[in-house]
Amino acid sequence: MKIKRTLGERIFNVFNYTYMLFLSLICILPLVHVLAISLSNKAVVDAGRVTLIPIGFNLESYKYILTKPEFIRAFTITLKRLALGISINMLLTIMTAYPLSKEVKAFKHRTFIVWYFIITMLFGGGLIPFYMTVKATKLMDTVWALVIPGAVPIYNVVLMLNFFRSLPKELEESAMIDGAGHWTILWKIYVPVSTAGIATITLFTAVGHWNAWFDGLILMNKPENYPLQSYLQTVILGLTTMLGTTSIAEDWKVLQVISDRTVKSSQIFLGALPIILVYPFLQRYFIKGIVLGSVKQ
Amino acid sequence: MEDSKSIIKNRIEKKKGRISQAPLYIMVLPAIIIVFIYSYIPMAGIVIAFQDFIPAKGLFGKQTWVGFQNFVFLFQLPNSFRIFWNTIYIAVMKIISGLTFPVIIALLLNELRHKWYKRTVQTLIYLPNFLSWVIFAGILVDILSPGTGIINKMLEFAGIKPIYFLGNPKWFPYTMVITDVWKNFGFSTIVYLAAITNIDPTIYEAAYIDGANKWKQTIHVTLPGMKAIIVLVATLSLSNILNAGFEQIFNMYSPQVYETGDIIDTFVYRMGLINARYGLATAVGTLKSVVSCILISVSYYLAYKFADYRIF
Repeated sequence: MKIKRTLGERIFNVFNYTYMLFLSLICILPLVHVLAISLSNKAVVDAGRVTLIPIGFNLESYKYILTKPEFIRAFTITLKRLALGISINMLLTIMTAYPLSKEVKAFKHRTFIVWYFIITMLFGGGLIPFYMTVKATKLMDTVWALVIPGAVPIYNVVLMLNFFRSLPKELEESAMIDGAGHWTILWKIYVPVSTAGIATITLFTAVGHWNAWFDGLILMNKPENYPLQSYLQTVILGLTTMLGTTSIAEDWKVLQVISDRTVKSSQIFLGALPIILVYPFLQRYFIKGIVLGSVKQ
Repeated sequence: MEDSKSIIKNRIEKKKGRISQAPLYIMVLPAIIIVFIYSYIPMAGIVIAFQDFIPAKGLFGKQTWVGFQNFVFLFQLPNSFRIFWNTIYIAVMKIISGLTFPVIIALLLNELRHKWYKRTVQTLIYLPNFLSWVIFAGILVDILSPGTGIINKMLEFAGIKPIYFLGNPKWFPYTMVITDVWKNFGFSTIVYLAAITNIDPTIYEAAYIDGANKWKQTIHVTLPGMKAIIVLVATLSLSNILNAGFEQIFNMYSPQVYETGDIIDTFVYRMGLINARYGLATAVGTLKSVVSCILISVSYYLAYKFADYRIF
């Protein structure tokens, strides 16, 4: 069917294409601006001349950050958190979702157990009792505090459960006839055919652990135990200035090209970098994931 | 033929009956224990709200009970009403703009005829959602700064006096709403776009043949096609009326803007973890949890009734 375009439609199209371009730029340019500042000379930054292209290009801010022991330490803790957090989250998500995807006939207390989990989505004890509980279980100041309390992400369990349910029943039935038990069915049949769903949830979990900062802030008493985003929270948005006291910064040559602002900008960019790198691969999956999780008929 | 089918069916049923359910219980057990410790014990920890809580004595130690004293004290605080009002005011503005703006963007995106252009726009507008609030707030603090920020530089260029977006109590709530929409509008459009693509294209053809132009098609075909999902999102967002966005505000507010920017969650954080007034902070948190729980239940019920939505 060929549609003839009227003048009004053509004007609308010009407006629409421009407006969408504007919106896209508004989402991406702030990041480009911050990158440009981080790569520029201090004097030019202070004069407010840097917009989108670095002026007086130098990598001193990045050199300064990447040799800072605090940054390296926080980054290492985040890597530990990612490794532990993703494996624990995924193991428990899969193991919890499988039984709950069964009918009541095959799993007697299913309904009760589902409600047991759902209630925690509706009602919680709030910040202080949660903090006291973590303290009472002696996890404070360890990486486990960032991993164990959130080990069972109920929302992901629900996603996974729906995914398992959409698998054809015959898969399970034929395996049973061949004498497979539940463990075998889960790991040898369900998991291999659910890679799309598992990949989506793994990516969400990874992004979640990378971006988390508040739990690190409250559950770590010593700043040297902060994961990266919590550390960045204190140095980018906190009151502490980064320069001046450290011995590396005493090198006056370095101080001529870097300032608090260029250093902050480079940390912002480094904190966003892994997301920017995995994002193109992630995007393919998350649209499906979101739609799967929210629109159900 | 019928016979052999029913024989197989019988055999499967038998097999199913014989296969032990025990492994299923063992599988959920770790999750049950962890959720018990970190979700149910904190719920019980709400008793702190009725105590003069001393941390050294432990969560379930011998504390002094004070009844509703913490709650009474709370309502006597001069700023308790203000905090409650700020929370609702910011949250409602966020809900309304966070609902209408993505719908409009989805409609406009749908009109883009070049696939590559549409996909590029989508990729770029989804991105901010994946940055943590620490990173996004870091960017905003820099570009909104009255002295050095690029936004104020642009305003200056246009002849407008610099605005202290994050330090002026008058501007702060609106800055929060706009920056929240900025970070999230792209991502929220996903479900609306999905709804639009689900509309049967023959309806558009029929409308076109009946003489409906683009605008009329939008009003009479697209919007009605999206109605269900819009109603659903609107209903479910009701449960967020006491969540004005802790992560965002915590990272951008300062004592200068407490007057209009302090919300329940930031107040609980300061009272509880900074000033160590555990009983009082838990009392506030408990009130919030109870109201939220009621709102969530109501909104899920409404969503179930009007949009046939179920969580699982």
